[in-house]
Amino acid sequence: MPQRKTILVIGGGVTGMEASARLAEMGYRVTLVERQGRLGGHVDNWDFLFPDRKPAANILNPLKDAINYKVDVKLSTEITTIKKLNGQFISSLSTGDFVKTDVILLATGFDLFDARKKEEYGYGIYDKVITAAELEEYFSGKNGYKLLNKDGRGKIGILHCVGSRDEKVGNEYCSKVCCVTGVKQSMKLREYYPGYEVFCFYMDLRMFGRYFEDLYREAQEKWGVQFIRGRVSEASETHDNKISVRFEDTLSGKPMKISLDLVILLTGFVPASGSTYLKEMLSLDIGKDRFFKPVDEHLKRNHSSREGIFLAGACTGPKSIAESITEARAVSLEISSFLNKSE
Amino acid sequence: MRNNKFGFTIHSDNQINLDERDFNLYHKIISGEAGFMSCISCGSCTASCTAAAYTDFNYRQLCHNIRRGQNDAVAKELSKCMFCGKCSLICPRGINTRKIINLLHKELSKTGQYAY
Amino acid sequence: MNVEGKKRVWKEYQKDIASDHYFYARSCIRQNFFPGSETTFLKILREELGKDIYDDPRHTTCTGIAYHADIVPFETTMTVVARQFSLMSESGYKNYVPSCITSFGIYTEILETWQHFPEIETKIREMLWKATGREFNKPENLAHSSDIIYKYRDEIANKGKFKLINQYTGAPLKVVEHIGCHYARMFPHKGIGGAEYPYVLTGMIESWGGEIIDYPERRHCCGFGFRQYLVKANRGYSVACSKRKFESMAPFQPDFIITNCPGCPYFMDRWQFVIAEMEGITYGSGGQGIPVLTYEEVAGLVLGYDPWDIGLQTHQVAVEPLLEKIGIPYDLNMKYKGEKGKFIGTPEYPEVLKVY
Repeated sequence: MPQRKTILVIGGGVTGMEASARLAEMGYRVTLVERQGRLGGHVDNWDFLFPDRKPAANILNPLKDAINYKVDVKLSTEITTIKKLNGQFISSLSTGDFVKTDVILLATGFDLFDARKKEEYGYGIYDKVITAAELEEYFSGKNGYKLLNKDGRGKIGILHCVGSRDEKVGNEYCSKVCCVTGVKQSMKLREYYPGYEVFCFYMDLRMFGRYFEDLYREAQEKWGVQFIRGRVSEASETHDNKISVRFEDTLSGKPMKISLDLVILLTGFVPASGSTYLKEMLSLDIGKDRFFKPVDEHLKRNHSSREGIFLAGACTGPKSIAESITEARAVSLEISSFLNKSE
Repeated sequence: MRNNKFGFTIHSDNQINLDERDFNLYHKIISGEAGFMSCISCGSCTASCTAAAYTDFNYRQLCHNIRRGQNDAVAKELSKCMFCGKCSLICPRGINTRKIINLLHKELSKTGQYAY
Repeated sequence: MNVEGKKRVWKEYQKDIASDHYFYARSCIRQNFFPGSETTFLKILREELGKDIYDDPRHTTCTGIAYHADIVPFETTMTVVARQFSLMSESGYKNYVPSCITSFGIYTEILETWQHFPEIETKIREMLWKATGREFNKPENLAHSSDIIYKYRDEIANKGKFKLINQYTGAPLKVVEHIGCHYARMFPHKGIGGAEYPYVLTGMIESWGGEIIDYPERRHCCGFGFRQYLVKANRGYSVACSKRKFESMAPFQPDFIITNCPGCPYFMDRWQFVIAEMEGITYGSGGQGIPVLTYEEVAGLVLGYDPWDIGLQTHQVAVEPLLEKIGIPYDLNMKYKGEKGKFIGTPEYPEVLKVY
């Protein structure tokens, strides 16, 4: 009986988990390495997902079950070096172990843009300026703080395109999923804090996916969320501890300001630090946006510039959870096809 | 103390403070026609508008101004609308734009701003 | 407000400031409207800090105001600046210290231009040679005079006789800091603390015992704008900018404003008088306005110099209430007596703004 082919999957987020489960199902021996002490990546921090508002656990639990006992999962482990020898990859891990595999799959995902770099928004300086990720933690009860008085009245602002489409921070690309996240969160904020008005400050509204336009309509019609087309230029703290933001209401062509009780920054995606480390080590191609560049955007989306090293998920650019799962399945097929040919 | 004591007058603030605008008219309209909240400012209404072709009446801008609490010019502009219904026909969000015009007439005549 | 967040930003924007042997370039506005400031600066550097600073009588304006008002083309400005550098190298100095923020902005812009476009530098060398027969070296270090005071703020605090504390309440004085537009906005890394949360004046005030106020229009320009105020009919535009700042800072009840640009205190001081006379509105308490001081004047007060030697009598907004708060003694009889006690004349008294 021929020896089972082996695969190393780097990254235990939704992409890594789904791909590992599929590849294991196909009969390969899969090792999944994750630098954090738990699986689930960013999705584990989200409260409820677009477009249908299902809880994040509804995706993570089935994925965890699918790899249970079928995949060799190594948590709190990082890759130290990878070398190629006799057509196989030898990876040394931070635990001191070695893993020898026929194929490597990079599912290293993304990091969130560090909002402190947009100094003009005062993140980390003004208390009432938080990121969308932090808001998800509040919703899921993870940090137990009190954001606002539930019976109070006031205004909340959601700022789009923080760290994306912005030459000043070196990220000219669009992070794609932040707009629908803003719309999703705007509705939940109106639900939690009915006395507060919610304003979304956008440049363009990228409602690219199925049902996203419905979410936008619902936010406007059912929840009365107000959308202002104009990018916020600066945030300052007022005498009564509110945040005053300046923006142009481009549709009327007038500069305006408004004081908000809470400001939420929709921070975009940047390549994960793990991706950058591996890109250097393996000399992989990256695009202008610094995410991994596959061989072809249509027919070889999951092939990196090196044979035997595959890519899937957000490490090749911003994408939604649904797309990442689809890519995880696609790359499993590509890997299987590659391994069959090399026999 | 004289306003032009030194040969010039101080420029007034062009930046609008949204905290100080009056949103009463906006709230009255949305309680009569919830569709007023669905507008995405696509401009189809103004594009098809009969009055816009011959006057500077701009339906999209009128509604937008009300949404931003700018109610000064509403009464004057309202008289230009011919009530032809082309805007209701085209609106991609299905907003009953004619009803909004009606509501504005009613609200403004209450406050004596517009003789219906 | 999370000060740690600001400190993190400040760490990102640090710059190299020379420690001695400075070539000083005076400011057109400052030496005319606040002459005591520059005298105080030189006195502090020479007598308190023992530094070598050369004040060359042959230097001219950098033509910054004219350049920004579109009257003088960039090539001319660059050639004038080249002559300034030539005077510096001729006198044997390498560290250039302009007193004006606009000058600092001009020098930074020119040095950056020459760095990215060396052919322009060559052309200017040629033009300077043709016009004056001079050659020049670029300065090794360019720092604004407020950067120098910032660098030695702790030494000044140690030698200081007064702290920026309200003697009646024991609380630190509330200070509004106003940074000149051209200090960091064009090249954030050339300013201490960057452009969004500048630290150069904050550091001084903290060292000297005061407390800095952050208010919404902190970043707003004072309205100097060069083109705006040169034509009298346009001055309302400039006044409106300062007025917006005053309206924004008033609820925080600041004790005084500290600035590093020469034009800004000139405007913020004078425009409070103008707004009072035109519209009857005064800021601060008691209808006296909010005193506006340059950093040299604040340093001088901390060191215990006589307020009239520093030149505070040329201020439109009364500084006496501030002096009383700090506990600095002053003699009102000596206010309008110049050198050797000669009477220099009093200004016309305003209708609305209360002065001493």
